[in-house]
Amino acid sequence: MNGGTVIDVHGLTKAFDGKTVVDGLDMTIRRGEIYGFLGPNGSGKTTSIRMLCGLLTPDAGSGVCLGFDVIRESDKIKPHVGYMTQKFSLYEDLTVRENLLFTARIFGLADPNRLVDGCIERMGLGPFEHRLAGNLSGGWKQRLSLGACTLHSPDLLLLDEPTAGVDPGARRDFWDHVHALAAEGITALISTHYMDEAERCHRLAYLAYGRLLASGTVEEIVEGAGLTTWSVASRNPGAGLHGLTERLRPLPGVDQVVAFGNTLHVSGRDAAPLERAIAPFRTDGLAWTIIDTSLEEVFIDLMRQSRDGLK
Amino acid sequence: MRMFDCKRFAAMVGKEFVQMRRDRLTFAMLIGIPLIQLILFGYAINSDPRHLPAGVLSADNSRFARSIVAGMQTSTFFDITRHPSTRAEADRLLRDGDVLFVLTIPENFGRDLLRGDRPVLLLTADATDPLASGRAAMAFPEIVRLALARELTGPDADLNQTEPPVDVRIHNLYNPEGETQYNIVPGLMGVILTLTLVMITSLAITRESERGTMEHLLSTPIRPLEVMLGKIVPYILAGYIQMTLIAAAARFLFNVPMQGSVILTFALSLVFIGANLSVGVTISTVARNQLQAVQISIFFFMPSLLLSGFMFPFKGMPDWAQAIGSILPLTHYLLLIRGILLKGNGFMDSLPHLWPILVFWAAVVAAGLKQFRRTLD
Repeated sequence: MNGGTVIDVHGLTKAFDGKTVVDGLDMTIRRGEIYGFLGPNGSGKTTSIRMLCGLLTPDAGSGVCLGFDVIRESDKIKPHVGYMTQKFSLYEDLTVRENLLFTARIFGLADPNRLVDGCIERMGLGPFEHRLAGNLSGGWKQRLSLGACTLHSPDLLLLDEPTAGVDPGARRDFWDHVHALAAEGITALISTHYMDEAERCHRLAYLAYGRLLASGTVEEIVEGAGLTTWSVASRNPGAGLHGLTERLRPLPGVDQVVAFGNTLHVSGRDAAPLERAIAPFRTDGLAWTIIDTSLEEVFIDLMRQSRDGLK
Repeated sequence: MRMFDCKRFAAMVGKEFVQMRRDRLTFAMLIGIPLIQLILFGYAINSDPRHLPAGVLSADNSRFARSIVAGMQTSTFFDITRHPSTRAEADRLLRDGDVLFVLTIPENFGRDLLRGDRPVLLLTADATDPLASGRAAMAFPEIVRLALARELTGPDADLNQTEPPVDVRIHNLYNPEGETQYNIVPGLMGVILTLTLVMITSLAITRESERGTMEHLLSTPIRPLEVMLGKIVPYILAGYIQMTLIAAAARFLFNVPMQGSVILTFALSLVFIGANLSVGVTISTVARNQLQAVQISIFFFMPSLLLSGFMFPFKGMPDWAQAIGSILPLTHYLLLIRGILLKGNGFMDSLPHLWPILVFWAAVVAAGLKQFRRTLD
């Protein structure tokens, strides 16, 4: 299999009714990597994932997934891919065990019963084995889905917002499972909106309006954005910062003002104009400190730039 | 809070109109069903069927025989379509349903008539559907009397004075008592199978798409044919359970005589069940949601019910309606099952009604496989 590369695609493009949803996507993912896929709603994440697993046929582009051609050999790719859909897509009127058995049989796996036993054990689904999937809580549904899409020991996992609407504890468990799978050599492509999850990925790609805006490790992306961020807090606890937000936003050099609890984060692409802009506000009442720019600020900045670019 | 607020009410009405406009198929149903019913009931269906196909087995070429045949034709009750030359051939035409009547004119019919010997004129009717054959058979003696009255003039006129100069006998085959339920109950088997099987399977794949489980299925190595057949097989069993129920009711509740083999009925019904299930599966590859699936099923079911010869005599419909009807599997299944149960048809007699269903089935499966979306495009 093509050295250490699992996915290597170029120029993938897909349009629906004349509207381009994914526009010339290039992506390389290495074996054993957890690759985060980020971007605002409607940015083309789900469409990209569906093209990779053969559910959608790209209008243009080429590439290789697991050593097979993504356009012509999607049938050969399917048996090696575990795809977890954004919406729960197992049968709500089958029990946990029945769902897993059905999936194992469709993949034509040998000894489905033993495999399902192993999966139930590994995912801690034992207490719910005979419960209808439709009656499980969100977190357990996600676990069942992850179990079902890993039954056939895939080489590549495509997880589409697997933890949307799941509580933090269940999310953490879920990610522990994904890391354990990655340690065994499985490659995972995960789309998410959570910044803490993005930071748990080996590498990231950021998509907006169908285009890839940035990719690399968290550090590379943050560095590449070149943002400077100041944190400002009021020294008298009673004083609000709302008025300050409104006054800072229109200033040249200030690109973002975001409230974080009792502090504001003020970011700008150029350090000098930003410093000039905030200079009049550096009074005794306010405490200003330079902080590390977070991923969220970088992504919001990327999205704004691409939107301005579209105009 | 007021009990009834006009603004709230208007909001609700407005929303319903918007949704009605968006849901094209429901709107099409609202318009389409009355139109179809108007056309079918208004033009196609005829509870006083005319132009029924008849054969004449004639051993006599006298002017009397010719006059009677001409009288049948002009009465518009009968269309003389066949002229079998032997008794066996005439029987076969009746059994296969090619004709509904056979008129037998005996040798020396004209001579015997003039002699006052009152020759026998036999009209054999296929009475499986008493509604279809009944009125024409009833009109027959009068047609004969009028035809002969025209010929018996001058010196022969006195033959008209006494009792009718010929002995008209009507022989109702297959259902001599003219019991309508003998015809309806076996037909119901076909109607119920059509209604339930098409609807159930049309929901099958649609449900997968609607609940999102299709996305999971499509991401696995499963093939369209495996999905389609996998959806069909369980309902074949369901179809047989229904058949058993109806057959038992026909036998024990309605005392429908069963001339032919029940095993043959069940065996050949597999083709009909399969065809209907495939219609359902094919509908479900087109329908976007379960409601649409049911609506399209109704569009299929209505012509099946009205144009198949179940409710109204098939041979009594205009040609265009018969043409549509002969595409539908129920039309052929009715002939098949009534043939076996009421006429005692065997396998070879059933073949002419079997292959049109097979052709229909193959066409529907081909359409379904073509429509089945391997991807979410």
